[in-house]
Amino acid sequence: MKKYKLSSFFKYLIISAFAVLFTVINPTGVLASEGDEEEFNPAELINHHILDDYVWHFWDGHYGTIFLPVIIYSDDRGLEVFSSSNLFDEDHNAIPYNDYEYHHSYLASTSGREFIDVSITKNVAFLFINSGLLLFVFLAVARGYKKNEGQAPRGIQSLFEPIIIYVRDEIVKPNIGPKYERFLPYMLTLFFFIWFGNLLGLLPGAANLTGNIAVTSVLAIITLILVLINSNKNYWVHIFNTPGVPWWLKLPVPIMPGVEFIGIFSKPFSLLIRLFVAITAGHIVILSLISLTFIFQSYTVGFLSTLVIVFINIIEILVATIQAYVFTLFSSMYIGMAMEEHH
Amino acid sequence: MLFALLLDVSLAHLGAAIGAGLAAIGAGIGIGRIGGSAMEAMARQPEASGKIQTAMLVIAALIEVIALFGAVIAFIVSQKV
Repeated sequence: MKKYKLSSFFKYLIISAFAVLFTVINPTGVLASEGDEEEFNPAELINHHILDDYVWHFWDGHYGTIFLPVIIYSDDRGLEVFSSSNLFDEDHNAIPYNDYEYHHSYLASTSGREFIDVSITKNVAFLFINSGLLLFVFLAVARGYKKNEGQAPRGIQSLFEPIIIYVRDEIVKPNIGPKYERFLPYMLTLFFFIWFGNLLGLLPGAANLTGNIAVTSVLAIITLILVLINSNKNYWVHIFNTPGVPWWLKLPVPIMPGVEFIGIFSKPFSLLIRLFVAITAGHIVILSLISLTFIFQSYTVGFLSTLVIVFINIIEILVATIQAYVFTLFSSMYIGMAMEEHH
Repeated sequence: MLFALLLDVSLAHLGAAIGAGLAAIGAGIGIGRIGGSAMEAMARQPEASGKIQTAMLVIAALIEVIALFGAVIAFIVSQKV
């Protein structure tokens, strides 16, 4: 009985403390009196994070921004390379430079010339970091296999061996079938590229690499090419003369072949959309919850949304792993379907 | 009348929010069904719970993406108007 009273006392204390925080210590009035305060726009903040950029911005002020190189090729001027710091004045306002005008995720020509933009943007820089990390880690693992041949794995090698074995035995081998060994290097690369990209993207200040539709498109197109290269006769018979379907679905109007033909492209399309949306939406959800603090301008909301953000972040780690798993699983499934022998 | 209704920006925001909410309801039903069936399966066959749990998480992630479709599309709609 006494214990019950104590806990209910604490409950009241916590509730009243939050009530006081929510009502009394609310800086809205203070900020409103300052007048010129710019209105907080969460959509702008979220877009700034999920879109690509020509600078890598960490914080305002000195040394908070990394200016990345801009590389442009145009027919009349040839190759141009300059730092993106030229596109800004001292107060970080966009100014035109050499006929190029900065818009958050793209450059435009002020005189309407045509050019090809191959700049090292934030996402490209992050792609290099991701690839460099992958090379560093997996070259170390490969060296480990050479050195301790026939022995137990050591160091970083023992961290990755179970994951590599899992990808081989649970994802690639059962889905691709007997000729799985040819695809294993690519599937492992795919899995670890997406996994590392997802996890690194969750770090503060990181770019939204695997949540970029261009990156996921390239990964999906590679899967499509692998499917088309490795497809056998049986696969194409299934598409253009689907067995077990009544003849009037094939002649004179080819309904079934049409559906199957669209299916060739819709499969990789679903892959690219799934990864893009899962990662981008995760970032949008986290940033929206962070924005709540600034919308309400309250310590209580800040505290509570921080708790929710920590929870969502833990879920995002899970999602990062599952999306890498699912992408690899479906890629190997599609390749396995294309290589399946008639039975 | 209809034209004025279509031009109303606030209605577009409302539509985006309702759409995201409907997607979340659908995903909630889906994940609830998966969770319920997985619990049942684990209770019937406790020795297979590890495998069931993995499959449950993967399928739950697939459905979660559908709810996130709603969130992303609502975000885009609420921005473009």
